[in-house]
Amino acid sequence: MAALWTLSLLLSASLLGCLAVTSPDGSPLPHNLPPSLGTNSSDGSLSVDLPMALRVFSMDYHHVQAPFEIVLWIMLASLAKLGFHWSGRVPAVVPESCVLIMVGLLVGGVIYGVRHSAPPTLSADAFFLFLLPPIVLDAGYFLPGRLFFENLGTILWYAVLGTLWNVLGIGLSLYGVCLLAQSSLGDVSLLHCLLFGSLIAAVDPVAVLSVFQEMQVNEQLHILVFGESLLNDAVTVVLYKLFESFLRLPSVSGLDVLLGGCRVVVVGIGGLCVGLFFGLLAALTSRFTSRAQVIAPLFVFLYSYLSYLTSEMLHLSGIMAIVTCAATMKQYVEANVSERSNTSIQYFLKMWSSVSETLIFIFLGVSTIQDIHMWSWPFVCSTLLLCLIWRATGVLLLTAFVNKLRRNAVTFRDQFIIAYGGLRGAICFSLVFLIDDFPKKRLFITTTIVVILFTVFVQGMTIKPLVELLYVKRKKRALPTLSEEIHSRLIDHLVAGIEDVVGYWGQHYWKDKFEQFNKKYLRRFLIRNDRQASSSILRVYQELERREQRGVEEEAPPIVDPRSQGRPLLPEEMESIRRILSRNLQNFNNKQTPAYSRHTLHQDTSVDRTRKPLYRHQSLGERYSYNTITHFQGEDGGLSEPQRVRTGLSRSHTVCSISPRSTLLDSSVSAGLAQTRSTDPREDLVSPRHQETVERAARKHLSFVLENEKQQ
Amino acid sequence: MGSSSSSRNKIPNAQELMDQTGFSSAHLLRLYDRFECLDRDNRGYLRQDTVDFSSFVRILAHFRPTDRNRNKEGTQQELPNSRTRKLKFAFQLYDLDRDGKISREELLQVLRAMLGLQVTEEQLQSIAERAIQEADLDKDDAISFDEFKKSLEKVDIDTKMSIGFLK
Repeated sequence: MAALWTLSLLLSASLLGCLAVTSPDGSPLPHNLPPSLGTNSSDGSLSVDLPMALRVFSMDYHHVQAPFEIVLWIMLASLAKLGFHWSGRVPAVVPESCVLIMVGLLVGGVIYGVRHSAPPTLSADAFFLFLLPPIVLDAGYFLPGRLFFENLGTILWYAVLGTLWNVLGIGLSLYGVCLLAQSSLGDVSLLHCLLFGSLIAAVDPVAVLSVFQEMQVNEQLHILVFGESLLNDAVTVVLYKLFESFLRLPSVSGLDVLLGGCRVVVVGIGGLCVGLFFGLLAALTSRFTSRAQVIAPLFVFLYSYLSYLTSEMLHLSGIMAIVTCAATMKQYVEANVSERSNTSIQYFLKMWSSVSETLIFIFLGVSTIQDIHMWSWPFVCSTLLLCLIWRATGVLLLTAFVNKLRRNAVTFRDQFIIAYGGLRGAICFSLVFLIDDFPKKRLFITTTIVVILFTVFVQGMTIKPLVELLYVKRKKRALPTLSEEIHSRLIDHLVAGIEDVVGYWGQHYWKDKFEQFNKKYLRRFLIRNDRQASSSILRVYQELERREQRGVEEEAPPIVDPRSQGRPLLPEEMESIRRILSRNLQNFNNKQTPAYSRHTLHQDTSVDRTRKPLYRHQSLGERYSYNTITHFQGEDGGLSEPQRVRTGLSRSHTVCSISPRSTLLDSSVSAGLAQTRSTDPREDLVSPRHQETVERAARKHLSFVLENEKQQ
Repeated sequence: MGSSSSSRNKIPNAQELMDQTGFSSAHLLRLYDRFECLDRDNRGYLRQDTVDFSSFVRILAHFRPTDRNRNKEGTQQELPNSRTRKLKFAFQLYDLDRDGKISREELLQVLRAMLGLQVTEEQLQSIAERAIQEADLDKDDAISFDEFKKSLEKVDIDTKMSIGFLK
């Protein structure tokens, strides 16, 4: 609570600072200072006009006004966000977006009270050019590719057809309402209603992201709602511009409507192509950044922003462009740049998108305090109702169709959440400000604000308890186990093969084709040296290893990696220990095998960090086992690998029993060996008892081995 | 259509196949056309005389989407597209010597085929080791069918191993 108080104090302090500094705007600036006096003071400074004397202290606000105010707003937004997370139970109940809007309302109210004029509003330009791109970029970069493409058909279905359904439905029914309430709403034409419908029907990615983030529903549901909100931008933009241009035309013909339809396709695909182009370019550029690693992250941002601006310039869908760009370049950039650069990229993306989102919501709140509201009960209420109704019916109908074609159906609960999670946000808000002025524009603005506030507050706050109430499937938190990963991969291959046999060009077929194309051409061209082709199985394995590594305490020297007792000791470690011993003794006898210890260790440290867990975990032994295998290859012929090693082992054990070196062995080691000798390794490969004794003496063995090597 | 009935007569044991696998007659016809298309020399067998049409159909029956309705309690297990049967089919891909267990070597072979040139031999060994460690509950260093089933209990096999075409 103390933190909350300090933060609110800070907030109000920054606010007052902002206000105090801007309030002299109204008062006459000292333009009327005689030009002779104060020649070295810039225009509008508040310095005292002493004749020709040196000023010890002066303030010049206008010099820094613009960046200063921007920074103050961003500071306000960030402090509000901090305060939100520190405020005890509030985050559990109220989503972040609501709190931010409330803060914005508060700030707007204060500013209005102090200045008696409207507070600064969110200009559409600032929103579309500066605030929206970071959020969409972040969303595109972290888009779960596989899930997205698996559900692409459904997502497109919802985005295109669903948006069309909503727009036409809301527009036409609103017109009906206007006709009914002829007295107050008589001058709202059909086109105006359709225009309004087009901007209010669109689901907003920013709002959806911020609310669904905290909810952790199952991934499929998340990707459906989120993907729809991203892709419906194409339809929304086109319809909005279409209706706007229709409004300017003297008359609308059928041809225009048809052209409008073509435009949707062009806008969508055009945005896609622009994004692809810039994405590939970025991937190519990142290939050459090995010598200037520090600026590598910059390219990611530059190219993405360029793609956005280019498509906005060409009146294509900027959101689609930036999402495609990010999704395309991701795998190549990650393979090309260093790990630190990767972390930087991810961190900056998250930071920028977070700041943007916070700013958007605060401005939404601030801009609500306006002079220009116009209220009309029938219009506002009917808009709210119609939005809900049309979305619900749209989702129901579309899902009924699409379930027939999907492998796993979208359940009713999921459908409800999809319909209910259709939040409107700042995009509608900016679009409504861009409408050409006409008498009822203020009504539209008010209605838009009401709808946004309603969806964000009411729907945003209640969706979380609803999700729990309806037992909607939640996100799986655990990493898939290695078995799951391997077997799933196998089944994918299997199904791809069967699809081929049956002659069905299903998802797997296309996925396989793309993967082949990717490996053959794209990766070779765009990635620096493609040694790190990561299979998902390998990645899961490395991740699991990495997680275990973190749980292990490092007590012994770093080369020796003692395991905590909790983790079950792998049999291979015991074998590796045995091999170390055998190799050690063998080495002394043969002197033909190369010096392995320092080489392989040195090679270990120079290998990439991503591979480290693999090697470290294996300690010294595994490499020896590999060498042992190759060493014994000639002798053992057709035996299977583990058996080969083990028979080799038995031979070395017999060697060691007669070796003079055996006197140097630790007592526990000899005990272990004695046990080995007693059991016949050829028949009974590894007995559990045997393993245990060696396991107990594991650490000692390794350290002994090191000493042994040093002696050699 | 006149041709359909004559083609149905070409298919031996059509009714029996339909009962055992759950395919409809339209599907069976489609599969027969596909079979004929693949069987270029018109020998009645695919792949060097090992797969005839009824085996073809039986194998593909594993990939039918599972019927969600459970009105026939007892027969659910017998249909080839039940979850257990699908898992058994996948299991048999690993278990080449048909001893009912996936040994480390068999797992390694499959892994090698899947991961191929991307990983080194040691990494393959470690991965196989870890996979067996995770799944092997009775510590016999091999994965039996029940352990296999258990390790995949969270995965939605019914949708993964289905081809909508064959519904």
